[in-house]
Amino acid sequence: MAAVGTVPARENAGKGAISIRNVTKIYDPEGVNVLAVDDCSLEIAAGEVCMIVGPSGCGKTTLLSAIAGFHSITFGEIYLDGELLCGPGKPLADQGADRVVVFQNGALFPWMSLADNVAYGPTVQGRLNKTQAREKALDMLAEAGLADVGDKFPGEVSSGMARRAEIVRALINDPKVLLLDEPYRAMDALTKSIMHEALLEMYDRTKVTIFFITHDLEESIFLGDRVVVMTTRPCRTKKIVEVNIPRPRDYHILSSEEFRLLVDEANEAVHEEAIKAFEAGERELA
Amino acid sequence: MATTAPNVYNQRTVVRRTRWQKFLANKKLWRGVTAILCTLVLWEIGSRWDEWFGFRLPFIGFIPPPSDVMVAWLEVLPKIGYWQSWYLSFKRVLAGFLSAMLLGIPFGLALAVNRYFRDIFFPPFEVLRPIPPLAWVPASLIFWPTNEMSIAFVTFLGAFFTIVINVLGGARSIDISYLRAAQSMGATQLDMFWRIVLPGTLPSIFTGAAVGMGITWEVVLAAEMISGGGTQAGGGLGFFIWNSYMGGSLEQIVVGMISIGIAGYLSSSAIRYLGTVCMPWRRLF
Repeated sequence: MAAVGTVPARENAGKGAISIRNVTKIYDPEGVNVLAVDDCSLEIAAGEVCMIVGPSGCGKTTLLSAIAGFHSITFGEIYLDGELLCGPGKPLADQGADRVVVFQNGALFPWMSLADNVAYGPTVQGRLNKTQAREKALDMLAEAGLADVGDKFPGEVSSGMARRAEIVRALINDPKVLLLDEPYRAMDALTKSIMHEALLEMYDRTKVTIFFITHDLEESIFLGDRVVVMTTRPCRTKKIVEVNIPRPRDYHILSSEEFRLLVDEANEAVHEEAIKAFEAGERELA
Repeated sequence: MATTAPNVYNQRTVVRRTRWQKFLANKKLWRGVTAILCTLVLWEIGSRWDEWFGFRLPFIGFIPPPSDVMVAWLEVLPKIGYWQSWYLSFKRVLAGFLSAMLLGIPFGLALAVNRYFRDIFFPPFEVLRPIPPLAWVPASLIFWPTNEMSIAFVTFLGAFFTIVINVLGGARSIDISYLRAAQSMGATQLDMFWRIVLPGTLPSIFTGAAVGMGITWEVVLAAEMISGGGTQAGGGLGFFIWNSYMGGSLEQIVVGMISIGIAGYLSSSAIRYLGTVCMPWRRLF
C-alpha cells in the first residue's frame, strides 16, 4: 500500500536517453526522392525535456516517427539507453510501450471512456487485469485533476481534459520517453497555459524524458531544458538553446527578462529558417 | 415566525411531467403530424378535383383519395391474408438482411485488414457489385430449387454488396493515429481488431445496415411481384400490390404501398435504435 502523497517509484525512472546519430531519411514517393532529414544528430539525456522547433514540414515529425517505429530511416542510427532502436540492417524500430506517442490531433479512442482509454495499455500488455488497470487508471486520472470524468467518453469532455487524459494514458505505461507531436497546437492561449502547468507538474513528478515537437517558441522555452531549432527541409539541427531556468517553473517566469532573451535567441534562428521554408515553398509552387 | 415561505423555484422543479406528457409536448411530434395531415388534405383535394370541379388534375387525379384508401384499408385489416403478406415480406427481408450482415461484415473486415485477401477477392467483388439485384432474378430462379430460396438469395445480394462496401470503407478510413497509438501501447493484432478496428467500423456498419435494409425492401417487393403468388412463394406485400393491380383495385394498391412505407420505417427505426444502443459514444454527436 502506497501511502497517500508518496510518488510510486517508477521502474523506468532515470532511463530514456536518446541518441540520434547521423540520421538521414529519404522518402521515395513514386520514384521522386525527397530528402526529409539530412545527417541529423542529437543527444538527449535521460529525464530531459527536449523541445524541437522548426518550420512546418521540415521533418520533425519524421524524426519522431523514426523513434516511435512508425517510419524507417535510410541512414544513421538511433539508440535508446545505449540499445539500438534502428540503424543499418534494421531500418524500422520496433514499436514499444517504452516510447509512447501523443498525437497532434489527439488519439483517444472515442468509443472508450477516459478510464478505459487509460487502462488500455496495461491490459493489452497483460501487466494488469481489468479491475486493477481500471483502478490504477482512475487513480492516475485523479492525480491529473480528472477525478470525476473517468466514465465519460472523450467527446463529452473539453479538449484540454481530453489532452490531459491522453498524456495520462501514455504515462500509465511507464514509458522511458514521451513523444509529443504538437499536442497543444489547436488550443487557445488560456487552455494552453493550463496544459503547460499540468505538464510541468507531471514532469516534476515523473522526470520522464520528453521529446516535444512544437511551433510555439514561448511554449518551448517555458517547458524545455533545451530547445533544438531545426533547419527547413532537409532537417538538421541548426541551433540549440539551453534553457537554464530552474524548476519547478510557473507562469511568472513568462514575464522575466531571462525568458524574453531566450525567446528572442530562439526566434532569430527559427525566423531565418521560416523565411527559407517560405521561399522554398514558393519555388515549389512556381 | 416558524412558517417557511413557499419556495417558488423548488416547487417548479418538483413538477415532474409523465412520459406521455413529455411526448405530447414535443414540438417535433406536432410538426410531423401537421406535415402528414397537410399532405393528406392536399391529396384528398387533388384526387377529388374531378368530382368537385369537373375536370381531372394530371397525375394526382388518377390516385384514389386517402379517404377511399382508408376505407379499403379498414376492409383488409381484419383479413388474415393482409397480415400474412406482412409476415412473409418481413420474414424474407429479415432472412436476406441478416444473412447479408452475417457474411458481409466479416467479409468486409477481412478485405480491410488483410492485403492478400483484398488483392484476391476485391476484383471479382467489384465486378459483381454493379449488377443490380433484380438482374439476378432470372438466373436465381433457375439455380435455386424453390421460388422462396431465389427470393431470399436476391434479397441477400441486395444488402450484401452495400454492407461490404460500407464496412470496407469504414474500416479503411479509421484514423491511423488510433492504430498507431494502440500499437505503441503494445496492442497485439487481435487486440487491435477487437478494440480498435471493430468499434471504429461500427458507425459504417450501421450506415451500411440502414442503406442495405432499404435495398432489401426494394428487392423483396420486386422479387415477390416477379415470382408471383404461385403455389410455392405466395403472399408478401409485393404480391399483395400485384394482386390488387390484377384485380383492378386502385385503393388496395395504395394500401399496399403505404404498408411498405410503414414496414420500411419500422425497420430503419429498429436499426437506428440498435445503433444508439451499440454506440453510446455517438449519442453525443
